[in-house]
Amino acid sequence: MTTPSELTHLTLAGARDGLAARRFSAVELADAHVAAIEAGRQLNAFITETPDQARAMAAESDRRIAAGEARPLEGIPLAIKDLFCTEGVATTAGSHILDGFRPAYESTVTANLWRAGAVMLGKANLDEFAMGSSNMTSYHGAVENPWRRQGDNRPLTPGGSSGGSAAAVAARMALGATGTDTGGSIRQPAAFCGIVGIKPTYGRCSRWGIVAFASSLDQAGPMARTVRDAAILLGQMAGHDPKDSTSVPLPVPDFEKALDEGVRGLRIGIPREYRIEGTPPEIEALWQQGIAWLKDAGAEPVEISLPHARYALPTYYIIAPAEASSNLARYDGVRFGLRVPGGSLDEMYENTRAAGFGAEVKRRVLIGTYVLSAGYYDAYYLKAQRVRARIVEDFRNAFQQVDAILTPATPSAAFGLGENMDDPLAMYLNDVFTVTANLAGLPGLSVPGGLSAEGLPLGLQVLGRAFDEATVLRVGQAIERAAGFDAKPAMVGGAA
Amino acid sequence: MAIDPETVAHIARLARIKVTEDEKAALAGELSTILQWIEQLDEVDTAGVEPVSSVVDAVLPWREDRVTDGGQAEKVLRNAPEAVPGFFAVPKVVE
Repeated sequence: MTTPSELTHLTLAGARDGLAARRFSAVELADAHVAAIEAGRQLNAFITETPDQARAMAAESDRRIAAGEARPLEGIPLAIKDLFCTEGVATTAGSHILDGFRPAYESTVTANLWRAGAVMLGKANLDEFAMGSSNMTSYHGAVENPWRRQGDNRPLTPGGSSGGSAAAVAARMALGATGTDTGGSIRQPAAFCGIVGIKPTYGRCSRWGIVAFASSLDQAGPMARTVRDAAILLGQMAGHDPKDSTSVPLPVPDFEKALDEGVRGLRIGIPREYRIEGTPPEIEALWQQGIAWLKDAGAEPVEISLPHARYALPTYYIIAPAEASSNLARYDGVRFGLRVPGGSLDEMYENTRAAGFGAEVKRRVLIGTYVLSAGYYDAYYLKAQRVRARIVEDFRNAFQQVDAILTPATPSAAFGLGENMDDPLAMYLNDVFTVTANLAGLPGLSVPGGLSAEGLPLGLQVLGRAFDEATVLRVGQAIERAAGFDAKPAMVGGAA
Repeated sequence: MAIDPETVAHIARLARIKVTEDEKAALAGELSTILQWIEQLDEVDTAGVEPVSSVVDAVLPWREDRVTDGGQAEKVLRNAPEAVPGFFAVPKVVE
């Protein structure tokens, strides 16, 4: 008999093997996670819990396992970021404006996961419309990071926007989770919570049925506790979908199998522009450690230059709000969600959007409207798209010399809940290392490398060529092995 | 570029978001700070560079012009704040 806490501490791969060997049932595995979610409600990681659905899906998994018809993710309990539409289950995007919305359809990525046998535990909290790096902008309240600084019990941010997903996985409430990443929203919370997250190449996962933020940047990806687990999940989430015209008709490699290839002989780019003034010395030290680990594993570090990397963040803060202002025009109080009455149709729109959107979403919609408006379109929007072309070119040049790039994942460890809220620019700087991958459409992975002096997880980032997630995962696994990161938050049995 | 409260009112109107007088003043300050920070892009030489709108090299696919979905008005209307059978309902637009 395996105890519930042993079940929630398994890796996804371990649970898969345990289910196949009939050491425990899918219902036992689901129940253990449902109980962990209930016990950890103070983290506010979930907006909607779906225990009945979880048990029903797990019972079907047990039936399939007994019949010898197990699918690749049979019985694996997952948290789903509440940005993915789930048929008949409330989908909020962390916003007041989607109150009461129950999608009549299932997103392609979640449909792929269910078709592979996975079990839904619930919908994970997030920054409103995925706009934020702290989870503070959710209408449904902030999420707490399960980690604490040593000897300091004040709550910390899990990062964002996929903060509920990251907190749930780190707190052993789910074996894995879906996230989305527009500027760093998978990788930054993964780093802050000591887990693995990968944003695949733009076009690798279908965006159909994911509430849109910035359509040329958004990508779905997995969050899990090991690189292998992330590889397993990505393999099932990815794939061509005719319903998303930007989804690419390429075969999905066996990412898990690719991990066996190691990193011997790979050339790893170290971009000199990522040495940013004001970065804490322990982040720089971890980066140097990461370079040494890869060298020991047989890879060759190569200094490279990405001359326009420093312009990525301001470029992003034109393009992302511009696309958001267009995407969020659909929330008009007519077809779904909140409606606040007004004397005229226009007044109804204005009242609904004033009440339904939070402060950060309004700021971004207004910036986006401004940079797209007559007279400013060329100076801001077209300029940003031209700088984006420069950034894409930088990576193209770099990947002629190297197979992957290693950088820090974030410029700091997790900060206190509520910090950085009075200065939007300070918050935006969280994405300084991650945002280039979105602008260039490239895959990026965050993997835990160690703990800060205060006992908080720190992540390293691996970037790769378009559609070469396999190499990114291989490099990530080499770091994971060398780092031997096995620290856990105190609330689930780690050192206090 | 600094944004004044009148400009905020104009773009808020374009975006159909009601803003109070207090919000206008606060937003003018916040948006100006963000735009001034963004203007560092002027340092980048982009002469002759084509703007990038998509990083996917593939040409958008064509498909056969036939109906593949639809006939789900009832399901769709279930999410409407106000509906009458077969239609979304909105405040009166034409007198």
